[in-house]
Amino acid sequence: MKQYLLSVCHPAGATQPPPAALNKIMSDVMALRQEMKSAEVWVFSGGLHASNSATVLRHQDGDIVLTDGPFIESKEQIGGISIIRVPDLDAALLWARKLARATTSPIEVRPFVEQP
Amino acid sequence: MLTRFLGDISLAEEAVQEAFAIALAKWPSTGIPPSPAGWLITTARNKALDHLRKEASRSERQHAAQLLNDVEQAEEHDVQDDHLRLIFTCCHPALAADAQVALTLRLIGGLRTEEIAHAFLLQPTTLAQRLSRAKAKIRDANIPYRVPDAAELPGRLGAVLAVVYLVFNEGYSTSCGDEVLRTELCDEAIRLGRLLATLMPQESEILGLLALMLLIDARRRARVVGGDLVLLSEQDRTLWDESKLEEGRALMRICLARNRPGSYQLQAAINAVHSNAPSADRTDWRQILQLYDQLMSMAPNAIVALNRAVAVAEVHGVAHALQLVEALDLPKYHWYHAVRADLLRRIGRTGDAACAYRQALDHCDNKRERDFLMRQCQSLPRH
Repeated sequence: MKQYLLSVCHPAGATQPPPAALNKIMSDVMALRQEMKSAEVWVFSGGLHASNSATVLRHQDGDIVLTDGPFIESKEQIGGISIIRVPDLDAALLWARKLARATTSPIEVRPFVEQP
Repeated sequence: MLTRFLGDISLAEEAVQEAFAIALAKWPSTGIPPSPAGWLITTARNKALDHLRKEASRSERQHAAQLLNDVEQAEEHDVQDDHLRLIFTCCHPALAADAQVALTLRLIGGLRTEEIAHAFLLQPTTLAQRLSRAKAKIRDANIPYRVPDAAELPGRLGAVLAVVYLVFNEGYSTSCGDEVLRTELCDEAIRLGRLLATLMPQESEILGLLALMLLIDARRRARVVGGDLVLLSEQDRTLWDESKLEEGRALMRICLARNRPGSYQLQAAINAVHSNAPSADRTDWRQILQLYDQLMSMAPNAIVALNRAVAVAEVHGVAHALQLVEALDLPKYHWYHAVRADLLRRIGRTGDAACAYRQALDHCDNKRERDFLMRQCQSLPRH
């Protein structure tokens, strides 16, 4: 078994969908989470606040310095993540497909390094 | 087979290559063994074991060597299964298209990295990097060695066929450089097509693609004469390869009997109609147009629409075709401008035709095709 990170990508500065659409997305995502749990592939999942709520810590001259804001300014930001445990990439892509449908957003699939 | 045992595509590849090298050295004197594929697998397996033992400091490798020892001697039908698994892995949609092509040629076609690099006019180091990146992704993301199940197969087979057709097209209509044809790529694509047809004989689109490649490739000798590109309508049809044409037609007869049309079969049928015409002016354009209509309803895209317009010009007239062409959005495709130029020439708009030929030249990187477009442009009547 292998673990994959499914990240939901949002364009930075994108506005929220209208309430009705958002409700539909939320309930689809919750239903998918339940489906993942029933299939015993679910490890963890959660949505994230906008990246301007982030705090970055840096190691600098033996000290730790705090800064406000995201680590990298980029065109996309991660709106939420799911971690699943499945046999291979094809199985992970199958779940990612469902997640892309539920969230209506692009999904990035990334394998975790195997635990030693 | 070996990749499944070892879970390491590089190690398996190395082992298989060594086995081939030994076969090349031995078989001429000892003769070909009764089961060449079985022999290769056994030899490759033993070579892989040697490698594993040499690096036995790593415990996982030791474990793998143990596993390998336990595996039964390979049966020949497993070779076929394994070949298929590897094809679907190489053409996995999670890999970039150029990586799919390179991997397929390397691992299924057995071409050397230098050969592939040469065919695509890349530095061997660039291609080697591309290959090793793709192999690392297969390993790290755990892309499975598996033939997709029935539900997935149509989509995944499409990716495999696209890779094979891409290889063929790059061979038949080289995108850049001095030669129009890279025949080694055409031959390799046809070989891959035959292999797929053997492995999955029930898939009509594979037969369609193989027929398409054979029917097009049959015109190879007539298409370039004295280094110059010759259009289909101008070709000396006695130079066409009758045995390839017949093979393509025979495949089309099988497809027709099955009656499960697909876009490759339709494209092959269009080429079969061309190949049946004793001369260009006796081409059955109505039938070709009908086939293009079917193709447009099945797989609509701008390139098909452009080719359809060429048939429309023959059936319904040039002015009608020109309207269709000008509605298309293919500004970077040099053949779009070339088709438009030809239609403009035929309705006497010589100035506009010259302009369109210049646009075609702006987007063409192949020397032979450029020469052809230049000749067409220069042969326009003075205006």
